[in-house]
Amino acid sequence: MTARRKSPSKPLKKTLPLLILAGPGLLYFLINSYFPMFGVFIAFKDVNYAKGIFGSDWIGFKNFAFLFQTSDAWIMTRNTLLYNLAFIALGTIVSIIIAILMSELLNKLYSKLFMTGLILPNLISMIVLSLLVFAFLNADSGFVNHSILRPLGIPEINWYSEAKYWPYLLVLIQIWKTAGYGSIVYFASIAGIDKSIYESAKIDGAGKLKQIRMITLPLLKPTIIVLVLMSMGRIFNSDFGLFYQVPMNSGALYSTTQTIDTYVYRALMQLNDIGMSAAAGLYQSLVGFALVLTVNAIVKKVNPENALF
Amino acid sequence: MIQTRGERTFTVFSAVVMILLTVFAFLPFLLIVIASFTEETALIRNGYSFFPEHTSLEAYRYIKSSAYIFIRAYGVSFLVTILGTAIGLLITSMLAYPMSRSDFKYHNTLAFVVFFTMLFSGGIVPSYIMWTQYFHIKNTLWALILPNLLANGFNVLLVRNYFKNNVPLEIIEAAQIDGASELRTFFRIMLPLSMPVMATVGMFMGLAYWNDWINALYFVSKPQLYGIQNLLMQLMSNIQFLNSGQAGSVLGADTVSLPSTAVRMAMAVLGIVPVLFVLPFMQKYLTRGVVIGAVKG
Repeated sequence: MTARRKSPSKPLKKTLPLLILAGPGLLYFLINSYFPMFGVFIAFKDVNYAKGIFGSDWIGFKNFAFLFQTSDAWIMTRNTLLYNLAFIALGTIVSIIIAILMSELLNKLYSKLFMTGLILPNLISMIVLSLLVFAFLNADSGFVNHSILRPLGIPEINWYSEAKYWPYLLVLIQIWKTAGYGSIVYFASIAGIDKSIYESAKIDGAGKLKQIRMITLPLLKPTIIVLVLMSMGRIFNSDFGLFYQVPMNSGALYSTTQTIDTYVYRALMQLNDIGMSAAAGLYQSLVGFALVLTVNAIVKKVNPENALF
Repeated sequence: MIQTRGERTFTVFSAVVMILLTVFAFLPFLLIVIASFTEETALIRNGYSFFPEHTSLEAYRYIKSSAYIFIRAYGVSFLVTILGTAIGLLITSMLAYPMSRSDFKYHNTLAFVVFFTMLFSGGIVPSYIMWTQYFHIKNTLWALILPNLLANGFNVLLVRNYFKNNVPLEIIEAAQIDGASELRTFFRIMLPLSMPVMATVGMFMGLAYWNDWINALYFVSKPQLYGIQNLLMQLMSNIQFLNSGQAGSVLGADTVSLPSTAVRMAMAVLGIVPVLFVLPFMQKYLTRGVVIGAVKG
């Protein structure tokens, strides 16, 4: 039976059913991911719907030239990179702290309860999140202005028109939303550490802090490196909702809230500038692609087992 | 294990910090829940508060009185979530199965085809033009289901890894020696043996669909097709409009009939409730699922 199945005369009979199973998924990836890849030429065209996408005139790198002449290009690139760096650095630190503290709790029921509480923020939509933020920050009745600043006699702040506060706010909001969820991987890694290592350290007289410094953190290092490097590969992407919906798309805040993703959306849907928007999107895709390849090469060097490909 | 004094102190310290962090994670939710039960005039006078002067069920009564809007939005959200998750899970697992079969000639080719989509994309503009100009999904239910979410490389690879690591090839070969076809092997053997990963990925997809609003932002302008998130978003922009001060002159008397702040908060609460049902499942599968997915991607 096995011999017949593997015989070269029936290769199609063996592969065809599997290809049919893969078919719908392949078709979906073809349509949703591969067709648009060939659409990158739009960035080099002066798109005119009357002439059609294919009939529009080629204009070479003009869209890119226009894009990089504006101050937008610099602002959105800077914002995207700096926010991501802050998210990666602070997010990693806070997640590790949560994981370590949680692993200290001896009662399993409690740690489950805390974990549930801490991942809840990660499960809500950006719309609901923006409502939560609005409840705290809106000018007249927001909790911060009304119940904190006013009783303390500090002048109230019009949060949605003061760009300078948003770098701190957005970092705080992002950490609030993601740190609990991010700590799960670290928590699982810590749970996998052999308990006898701690026992022997204890016999040698190492206190808790010393155990964390000498055992937990070094053993977490591979996980930390891989996760940080993986997020480095996405450093040119940003969460559209966080930067668009949470600041309420407020024009006064663009200098500190505009990222490449929000720029592409605004150029496409609000300014109707298809060429510039496509150019910004291609810029993002290409740099992102280069970053992922670089990061993978680094991971391969650090720890070949963890390389993405 | 007997704890030393220093260790006990550290355990207590951990517990206290964890309690504080959990409270910090919960407070914003508590604030909007309380706001949704606060009388509108008290909200205006005292702002959002954890200790409102007057509680009221007015917001929920309002929602009940114009229930058709909310029921429709809830219906759209549920329909999209169920349809999207079902189709997404089906094609994700059907694609992951041949990829997991190391005796299948093209398994590496398939893996690369899927993986490459995670590395490079054409960007939003070509996608947008393709979906609107060639597939005409604007203002259809498909616009909420097809772009972006249905299946993605990460999910497919996650399922593939599970199939590969948890269901030995010998089981599949045994089934086929007994005369089971590939389809039968997949549906009768592979899927039932892979319920944990199906539940995990299904949960990810369901959450993503329930929380999605970006597809509607790009492709939907008909309010009838708004899910709960987009309805909320609509109400949000009304608040902005009111705050900008233009409302009085433009809307005149109509301002009064706009849903109150408490109603918005009540709606946010209603938008979160289904997510709460997912939480216990999350709890159950997450640690395993995320570790499999994130560390060995």
